[in-house]
Amino acid sequence: MPQVSLKVNGKKVTVEVEPRTLLVELLREKLGLTGTHIGCDTSQCGACTVHLNGDSVKSCTMLAVQAEGAEVLTIEGLARPDGTLHPMQEMFREHHALQCGYCTPGMVMSAIDLVNKHPEGLTEEQIREGLEGNLCRCTGYHNIVKAIAAAWEIMHGKKAARAA
Amino acid sequence: MYNFAYHKPASLADAVKILSADPEARPLAGGQTLIPVLKQRLNKPSQLVDLAALGLAGIKVSPTALTIGAMTPHAAVARSAEVRKAIPGLADLASWIGDEQVRHRGTIGGSLANNDPSACYPAAVLALGATIKTDRREIAADDFFQGMFTTALEPGEIITEVAFPLPVEKSAYEKFRQPASRYAMVGVFVAKGPKGVRVAVTGAGQNGVFRVPEMEDALAKSWSPDSIAAIKVSPDGLVSDIHGSAAYRSHLITVMAKRAVAKAG
Repeated sequence: MPQVSLKVNGKKVTVEVEPRTLLVELLREKLGLTGTHIGCDTSQCGACTVHLNGDSVKSCTMLAVQAEGAEVLTIEGLARPDGTLHPMQEMFREHHALQCGYCTPGMVMSAIDLVNKHPEGLTEEQIREGLEGNLCRCTGYHNIVKAIAAAWEIMHGKKAARAA
Repeated sequence: MYNFAYHKPASLADAVKILSADPEARPLAGGQTLIPVLKQRLNKPSQLVDLAALGLAGIKVSPTALTIGAMTPHAAVARSAEVRKAIPGLADLASWIGDEQVRHRGTIGGSLANNDPSACYPAAVLALGATIKTDRREIAADDFFQGMFTTALEPGEIITEVAFPLPVEKSAYEKFRQPASRYAMVGVFVAKGPKGVRVAVTGAGQNGVFRVPEMEDALAKSWSPDSIAAIKVSPDGLVSDIHGSAAYRSHLITVMAKRAVAKAG
């Protein structure tokens, strides 16, 4: 079986995989990082979104072997070791941007990439367009959009994060 | 997913060698179509040849051409200041293919080689009269697209880059998205450049992307939405499915073409 070496949440790992093993399967089944969800079999729902070298990607739509040498960031890599949440996670909590929580890890990962890539500002329309690849079946997106707008303010230093 | 052997060759020659020796081997570009297809077990390649290590990504501009490497992801084309300046319609098209995650992985070469009848890039490549360069030759856009999921590529032939002739005076893309899948039900790219005025339609034709000569003639005389308002593409040969009839798609072509012309300014 081929071996793949990559960095996941800052830690170097080397794992044996089949060529057909998906990145999401490597994360969930080999590394036990089950925060990254699988919500569909058709590459549409975005629940499996992680960052690959700083870009949001659907980890169900790439092979683990394609991630050779890459840096992967998952939902587990966001909070600080002391448990302080990432501002995006904090704002999702603050604005009640989740109900069942299934899509949430993917939403948060997409949202962080979106905010990082738009230091100049984000309109509501841009946020909604930016979430094109993430489906939520319960909250109706409204509070997710609010949470992302609020997180933008914190992540770009316009507003301080609430003390934990 | 059925299993397969995986290769990541370091040279174009090696990639071509593996693909040419095995008709069941498939090239892997961004994988945003191929991997979902494999997950559904709709395809069973013996080997996948990953093109990621061949140095095929990148954007170059000269006074006569904008050249985009085959492995350049859509997001890179969308964000490129050079593309925005040289052919704004092309950058705009790339900025709303699929979704953000797909745009980070999906590539121009993969899109063209697949030639999905609803893909966006074929419309730009045909309307801008681009040249598709491969490991062995150059193919004009007019000769490249040969019907649904069919191209002029030979078995084992790999797209290396796509050259868009410059200067482009006007360019714009408009599409009407299927509300659920967000694929183009009808997409129209309009362009005025070194190859003249050209209008290409994706999403609508039973044989994939096609040009609309009547609109091209009218726009060459007068570049305005009004000049094409009365031009209809016949529903014969257009796609008819649960999302829209051929007559509806015919109507949408004129509407999208007018919007694209207005957008191009």
